[in-house]
Amino acid sequence: MPRAKISLYDVESLSILAPDGTVDKNLLLKLSREILIQAFEYMLLSRRLDEQALRYQRQGRIGTFAPALGQEAAQVGSALCLKGEDWFIPSFREAGAALVRGLSIKNYFLYLMGFEDSNYSLKGTHNTAIAIPVGSQCAYAAGVAWGIKLDKKKGAAIVYFGDGATSEGDFHEGLNFCGALKLPCVFFCQNNQWAISTSRKQQTASQTLAQKALAYGVVGIQVDGNDFFAVTQATQEALERARRGEGATLIEAVTYRQSVHTTADDPTVYRSKEEEEEWKKKDPLLRFRTYLQKEGIWDTKKEEALEEKIKEKIKKGYEEAELFRNSNPDPLAFFNYVYEAIPPYLQWQKDLAAKNIEGRNVIKGASEKKGGSGGGAAAVGELEEAED
Amino acid sequence: MSRTERLTMVEAINLGLREEMKRDPNVIILGEDVGVDGGVFRVTKGLLSEFGAERVVDTPLAESGIVGASIGLAIYGKRPVCEIQFSGFMYQAYHQLQSHAARMRLRTWGAQTVPLVLRSPYGAGIRALEHHSESTEMIYTHIPGLVVVIPSGPRKARSLIKASIRSNDPVIFLEPSSIYRAFREDISVDEEDIDSIWPLGRAEVVRAGSQFTIITYGAMLSLVKKTIEKGMAQKGWDPEIIDLLTISPMDTETIIQSVKKTGRVVIVHEAHRTGGIAAEISARIQEFAFLSLQAPIERVTGWDTPVPYFSRENVYLPDSNHIERAIENVLHF
Repeated sequence: MPRAKISLYDVESLSILAPDGTVDKNLLLKLSREILIQAFEYMLLSRRLDEQALRYQRQGRIGTFAPALGQEAAQVGSALCLKGEDWFIPSFREAGAALVRGLSIKNYFLYLMGFEDSNYSLKGTHNTAIAIPVGSQCAYAAGVAWGIKLDKKKGAAIVYFGDGATSEGDFHEGLNFCGALKLPCVFFCQNNQWAISTSRKQQTASQTLAQKALAYGVVGIQVDGNDFFAVTQATQEALERARRGEGATLIEAVTYRQSVHTTADDPTVYRSKEEEEEWKKKDPLLRFRTYLQKEGIWDTKKEEALEEKIKEKIKKGYEEAELFRNSNPDPLAFFNYVYEAIPPYLQWQKDLAAKNIEGRNVIKGASEKKGGSGGGAAAVGELEEAED
Repeated sequence: MSRTERLTMVEAINLGLREEMKRDPNVIILGEDVGVDGGVFRVTKGLLSEFGAERVVDTPLAESGIVGASIGLAIYGKRPVCEIQFSGFMYQAYHQLQSHAARMRLRTWGAQTVPLVLRSPYGAGIRALEHHSESTEMIYTHIPGLVVVIPSGPRKARSLIKASIRSNDPVIFLEPSSIYRAFREDISVDEEDIDSIWPLGRAEVVRAGSQFTIITYGAMLSLVKKTIEKGMAQKGWDPEIIDLLTISPMDTETIIQSVKKTGRVVIVHEAHRTGGIAAEISARIQEFAFLSLQAPIERVTGWDTPVPYFSRENVYLPDSNHIERAIENVLHF
């Protein structure tokens, strides 16, 4: 037998909304005005939330976090395609998508103030908590999708990760499980060009990340991740494929992390201003706004009103979180969530810990001044500031 | 009247799995070769034909994927029981266990939990290849949020696998492969039998005695019993034998009660000495029963070496001589 090509694979790329706000009408999805406005509202909320959180972080009011800034179309566009029965499995840079899935501003800030308490709001939802170890969520996403399939439910799971995660074993093991077991899962990769200081080129010799799907027998597609319509179109198709029982899809949304990796990062060390400026021209919000304005759906007045509303919403959410922080939350509560029932030896340790902190306010960041109007704030005045 | 059968530990675990699969349709078996092959030790034999390909699934060869998928299934609401073919291959899955299985309850303040069971054969004594003979229970014991269970024989294996599947915490269920088929026990196959569930976190006083306490678990229990029987017959020993069964969270109370009574303690395990469970038990004894001690605590353990290939594995493993000497030491201090 001679040498022969046994197969050739194509990698598709999809782009509908250009950076100048013009659209390819042949590819454009029919979406209602309401959906488009809602999408823009979420995108702007996500942008302003990141900006405000960055300020709060610099002021020491909240801890380290990973801004989604610049990735709003990828996140809001994909998350808006999800229905209630679908499962949302984020990594740690998905505030934009999480807002669409019902994350409150209060719980967003509460988590960034160091309180897992915020995640109790996940009870009964189809959302999982953020996963910090890069790519690790891809492995359990396969399991969630498997559960959906076993129960013959209509839904699908969508898992979010970045370009760096595609080098991790769990990405490959998870995607391979989805291929081999034909699981209803959408692997949504936000290729934001940088894994801290590691560039997309250093990450892999692969021409695209989308093509990694082919090795696992699932569909792969690359989309302009700053293009709301392309993201929505590809996600919709992938979800429908999953719901039809035709298995998983890997979407590579090409976007750009406009801000820091986390607030502990300084991108000026590893990337140029010119590159950042180039990508700002391809900003997802800019082009979506231009499109909406051209279509007569959006105008400056509406945006001013929205800006005001968002500002209020963020402020109120932050204050609610702060109120909780200052309401003397149980500092020992974490002992209760190790096992279903606290084992005797752990109870003994909890009692030791209680003695150890007796009479001291050990909740980091809690303050008597910012106590707000209620919620146990009065008691805080009697407590000392925590030592580091 | 309850029916009894004489089963090996392999058959007993198989029985427990079958009973739980019948009881709860959410119980799913997954792993490498667990279906058609019935597992390399045949622990899952017959389950595929009895419960079908949706509930007994041969997965790709990927340990992190298997445990990761189990975590997802558990978050979703299933009761996954995954098998890692040998405990020496659990390291690839360590990340998922440590980062997600063990932390999900705390991370979500109890909103989402991971009730998975990870079964894996472990331990030396079966003339196996490299990486097939380690006793690595302490790796998992050091992770808060995981339950580590090790049965010592067929009857307990059956009750403990059932309790593990019903637990709402993630359970690492380590099966000493050297006793998979070493002996049989009469097991009531009547599900209503009170003995069919042994609670996690509880040790068993296998023999009550007053002279000294000997604490062990897993395959070492058989060795301890054999050694003790000889000593009882020849030297009139009156030992109290404790089988830990759950390594973490450990039943401290049963140990302390016994030490307060006997004042003399020998701890036997196959795992390495440094940082082994005997070290932890010794620490707790001095925390809660220091003044009851009549002699220094003796540890009989595997050495702080990798387990050697099988021609020398008996040198690595604790043996009767070693146990006898330790007992003499605590008795004649």
